[in-house]
Amino acid sequence: MSTKFTPVFDTPVTALTKESEEKLKLMRADVIAIRKIGRMERFLGTDNYRIVKMLISTPTSIAGMILLAFFVLVAVFAPVIMPPIPNTNAYMMPRDGFSPVPKAPGTDWERTPIPLPFWYTALTGKETMTHVMGTTSEQYDIMYGVIWGTRTALKTGIIIEICVLIIGIIVGTVSAYYGGWVDNLIMRITDIFLTLPFLLAALILAAVLMPKLGGRSTLPVVIALVVFGWMGYARLLRGDILSVRERDYVLSARVIGMSDSRIMFKHIIPNAIFPTIVQASMDVGSYVLNFAGLSFLGIGAEVGYSDWGQMLSFARDWITNLADYWYIVIYPGMVLVLFVLAWNLVGDAVRDIMDPRMRNKRA
Amino acid sequence: MITYIIRRLLLVPVLLFGVTLVIFFMLQFLSPADRAALYIRDIPKNPNQIEGTIRRYGLDKPLPTQYWKWLVGIEDPNHPGVILGGVLRGQLGFSRTMAQPVAEAIAQRFPATAELALWSYLPIIGIGVWLGMQAAINHNKFIDQLARVFSIIGYSFPVFVFGLLVLMLFYAKLHWLMPGRVSDWVTGEIINGTFPIHTKLITLDALLNGRFDVFLDAVRHLILPIITLSYISWAQFLRITRASMLESLGQDYMTTAKAKGVSRRDQINKHALPNALIPVATIAGFTVVGLLGGVIITETIFTYPGIGSAAARAAAQLDVVTVLGFALFNGTILIIANVIVDVLYAVIDPRVRLS
Repeated sequence: MSTKFTPVFDTPVTALTKESEEKLKLMRADVIAIRKIGRMERFLGTDNYRIVKMLISTPTSIAGMILLAFFVLVAVFAPVIMPPIPNTNAYMMPRDGFSPVPKAPGTDWERTPIPLPFWYTALTGKETMTHVMGTTSEQYDIMYGVIWGTRTALKTGIIIEICVLIIGIIVGTVSAYYGGWVDNLIMRITDIFLTLPFLLAALILAAVLMPKLGGRSTLPVVIALVVFGWMGYARLLRGDILSVRERDYVLSARVIGMSDSRIMFKHIIPNAIFPTIVQASMDVGSYVLNFAGLSFLGIGAEVGYSDWGQMLSFARDWITNLADYWYIVIYPGMVLVLFVLAWNLVGDAVRDIMDPRMRNKRA
Repeated sequence: MITYIIRRLLLVPVLLFGVTLVIFFMLQFLSPADRAALYIRDIPKNPNQIEGTIRRYGLDKPLPTQYWKWLVGIEDPNHPGVILGGVLRGQLGFSRTMAQPVAEAIAQRFPATAELALWSYLPIIGIGVWLGMQAAINHNKFIDQLARVFSIIGYSFPVFVFGLLVLMLFYAKLHWLMPGRVSDWVTGEIINGTFPIHTKLITLDALLNGRFDVFLDAVRHLILPIITLSYISWAQFLRITRASMLESLGQDYMTTAKAKGVSRRDQINKHALPNALIPVATIAGFTVVGLLGGVIITETIFTYPGIGSAAARAAAQLDVVTVLGFALFNGTILIIANVIVDVLYAVIDPRVRLS
């Protein structure tokens, strides 16, 4: 049986009424409003793409990123900005004598100074090296410590971040994947770790590990900060995995008969992990702050290592005279503040973006 | 609500058990000889004493045995009925750096820390909440932006940098305020007995004795550590209050209140604020935690004779037994404080109360 095609309109539409023309315009506008999905967005996923896009468009986070870029440059070019004395450990601050009295900025070196950096003569007009920012109470050059301390800070911060993230991801995934009593047990263990006073616990672990790992060095402190630092990320990731598990695409994967582990690793984790990673990256500032805090208390790298916290701890010898020796607090202190501020500026934007109440509001 | 509170209370022993376990495992990094310091009451005079302690307390035995003995102590073989050691009985070991038992050191130093924390607590909540409220009411105006800048900078200032800066300004430069707990002349009076001690909190004792000169002296010593301990919490409370206040200002019941013709002040104080304070109450509990952790660095900078500075000094000299004792003590306080907060929270929040 054949059906005869009958056109809906007898006559072709040649002219629209004004009313329908308006309607059509609105329909087109709707069609246009469906966003084009770019390559980057397809790569990261819509939610993650939104996070990145807002990160690079919020003024505070841009300011933070510029500051961070500056610190990275200083860290990378530390050997050019402050060249180390040849054949010595570059991370150790060069020492100019043993006097407990700090030297003011601009004082000449008494011993062999570090090689003249390229910018020195052009900026100061002097031919011999001086202590540009003075010396600490044990005659360590402050400027050298400030510059090379940037390297220490970035290095330790990023190492701690990676380790904490790995532990957090493993714990969070295991907890969310197995659920039931495993989840319960892991979350109680997390609670216990959160109950311990963080700084005190890290202080103990670093102090206990120190004799085992061959005296003062950065390693015990890094380990201590990692051991007591992963809990937040495990919780965050666990929560995100649990919420992603309820999404439709997981259901459809289950419907087509994918195995549980495949769904977990192919669909759930890649979609849930991004906020955790972003959060951890933004916390580098606080790791550096805690690291410096422990160094300040005398638990940290060996004496003389370029490390802001340790440089500040030298100021404790001169509490009554700090007004005269302001430079032993101001220079390392302000660099540390700027460093942490840079991370917090970016982190503040991240917090706003990831706050569920803010979602769909500004994007 | 009752079941919630019971569940919460049941969790306390579990958490306490976990904390002792974690601390016990950290102890395992020490050699048996170092761990002997947990039980010896004095600075050991000969090596045999250490050997004897190791054997007696089974410090070379398997871990579960050791853990049990560490918790409850053992019976003295020479004096039956006398129990030695035992963390549960408050025997936290002997402190090398302070040359006295750890428990005694804590008892001696805790009042100073408590005084500092108590004085800091109310200003933290009061000022932080007030700032957050102002920021929320003036949303996106100048005050709000100022508060935001303040909170980011507050977060970014390490405690020890801030502490050194205020010391530099108010002590070294201006001589208005000073580090330490009291001046030498007050210490002299305490030793002579002309200034009787009742509560061990100097400010309170000064008021009880009617000695305003001593009170003023104690306050001059307290101001800098209080500010140093509080400013980060101000930033934190500001942020939380602002966020929850903004949320509660946007609720329908605010529109209702406005439609009823409630004055702006009552809208804020009677309708928005009580609801906005619920998340603040949670943070108020964590602040106790933060304060007890924060005292370590603050007390060290201001040479304030509390448990924080003692713990820091002990850690720097690798006197682990002492630090562990402090950690156990702090952990216990924190767990109890958290439970109290959770229970109070259940009482405040109708959603929990009625569930």
